[in-house]
Amino acid sequence: MALTIKEELCTVCGICVRVCPYEGVVVEEDTAVLTEKCNLCGQCVSACPVDAIVVELPKKGDVDTSLWSNVWVLAETEDGKLKNGTLELLGQGRQLAAERNCSLEGVVLGDDCEQLAKDMIAFGADKVYTVEDPVLARYRTGPFSSVIAGLINDKKPEMVLISATPQGRDLGSRLAARIGAGLTADCTGLSIWDEEPLLLQTRPAFGGNIMASILCREARPQMATVRPNVFKKPEADPSRQGETEKIEVHLDEKSAMTKILEVIREDGGEDVNLVDAQIIVSGGRGIQAPENFALIRSLADALGGAVGASRATVDAGWISATHQVGQTGKTVSPKLYIACGISGAIQHLAGMSSSDYIVAINKDPAAPIFDVANLGVVGDVFEIIPALREEITKRLAE
Amino acid sequence: MKIVVCIKQVPATTNVRIDPETNALIREGVESQVNPFDENAIEAALQIKDAAEEECQVIALSMGPPQAEDALRDAIAMGCDDAILLTDAAFRGADTLATSYTLAQAVRKIGDVDLIFCGKQAIDGDTAQVGPGVAEHLGLPQITFAIEINLDGKKVTARRMLEDSFEVLECRMPAVITVVKQINDPRRPKMRNVLKARKREITQWTAEDIEADPDRIGFTGSPTVVWRVFAPEGRTGGRTIEGEPEELVQALADEILEIRKGLSTA
Repeated sequence: MALTIKEELCTVCGICVRVCPYEGVVVEEDTAVLTEKCNLCGQCVSACPVDAIVVELPKKGDVDTSLWSNVWVLAETEDGKLKNGTLELLGQGRQLAAERNCSLEGVVLGDDCEQLAKDMIAFGADKVYTVEDPVLARYRTGPFSSVIAGLINDKKPEMVLISATPQGRDLGSRLAARIGAGLTADCTGLSIWDEEPLLLQTRPAFGGNIMASILCREARPQMATVRPNVFKKPEADPSRQGETEKIEVHLDEKSAMTKILEVIREDGGEDVNLVDAQIIVSGGRGIQAPENFALIRSLADALGGAVGASRATVDAGWISATHQVGQTGKTVSPKLYIACGISGAIQHLAGMSSSDYIVAINKDPAAPIFDVANLGVVGDVFEIIPALREEITKRLAE
Repeated sequence: MKIVVCIKQVPATTNVRIDPETNALIREGVESQVNPFDENAIEAALQIKDAAEEECQVIALSMGPPQAEDALRDAIAMGCDDAILLTDAAFRGADTLATSYTLAQAVRKIGDVDLIFCGKQAIDGDTAQVGPGVAEHLGLPQITFAIEINLDGKKVTARRMLEDSFEVLECRMPAVITVVKQINDPRRPKMRNVLKARKREITQWTAEDIEADPDRIGFTGSPTVVWRVFAPEGRTGGRTIEGEPEELVQALADEILEIRKGLSTA
């Protein structure tokens, strides 16, 4: 990968100097020039108003793969804590690193990273790179992709793992395009290939009707976004020792490309995150009326789970779209999925059939949901759910 | 104002099967359609056009084999002003990186584009990687998973759908926006427009037309390769029980609490 400044086009406006996070470019009398600190993050390329800076991405065969080592996990945080998906990546990353005989390293960006770095080490990282800046307080595509692209080019990890959340998918694809890396989306299987030491990335396609195993032979790093809840969350070991390296950056709010105007939490922020939830209770058309989601919610609350919904109920306006499970909604894989009054259209199954254990309650014994359920109950949701909630509350109290 | 909508022709069902002998996708008898999320992207663009006071042109853009023309005709029938098909043997075997580069080159050739819309992902690959890839190759801001869009002069604000919250972002145009299903209900084209669209000449561009670097398109420009495709382990139904509600509730509570016991955070 290479960056070139075309002197004949450069107007010496200085924008590249202002936007560079790494002091990788300075202006001289007639042109901007790269310094040895440039690590090819690419931030100046899109910022240059006269297209005087061009990047050349690596071509197949250009990359000396032997220079790239270690497994990276990019942290995703919420309310100052690492998200479950990140912890699961540390668990799986630990195994990959052991097999490749290399380190597992974490990367965390934010306005306060110290505790997060400690947590990453406790959950399995050998080393953590922290990047602190007010501009990084909340995830944004522009600054995050520039900072991480630079870090990747500088440190050369062999693999980069990211959660397949909306944030991870937004970041991963931007980042991969920036550095010319291969990226596999929404993986549910990660292992070291038995023929060559490559990351074998397995993922569902066609809404889960087929599986594909994907390799990235020549480009580096090998990048994957990974479906949350598929890999086991490791146990924290607070006594684990690891190294933290602080990366200095210079960020300019003006070059962030986007501004966050507002963040709106649903249900007063009380709601459990559907993608992260270990238990989901979902309602479908069979619950008949919007107010009956209270029934679904009461069972979810009793179990400490989240509320899901079929597309039909969302389209009818019974519940907000953030609850929708299925091909046009969210893909979830909780340990326990309880489908109440959901017939099980193929689009719904695409979003939940990778759940560990599926319970279905439906009046119609011919409903397709029973074809995927571990336990199917033919019955009336209005009779069963209130009684079930009571029984569960009773037993949990004992 | 000029808007480009990137669309993909996909199989009309995701219920595809694999030949157990050859491990190849069985494509016979599977009809094609415009990727459903891309219909939302087209609708989002057309709503801007409908509301625009100035002249507004909406161009549908697709990379694919010659028969992907049908998808572009559907886009024209919905109301797109123009359609361009990127088709060339050299584009074959493209992964998301090569695809997004190819689309970005075409957007450059179209020129002076204010907004680029994509569906959040295609229902065959399910990657959600092409929209941000296009944005990166063009050096533009991106807003993914948009559920509401507002334009104000040269600024665009959009509400994004995250896992359990929404985020409102603002950026300057030109920008790339990917949309979720819930943003709108795509219009059904009038029959006369469907018939008219059938006769429309669809512009075709090759790799040379978009001045694509041969090393960055198709199989050559794709870092990832599919090593193998296989059928998932079929999920078969377990037991189904019927009976008195009281018995069913007991059976359910037994099973559910047993699983819950094994969870780390419960």
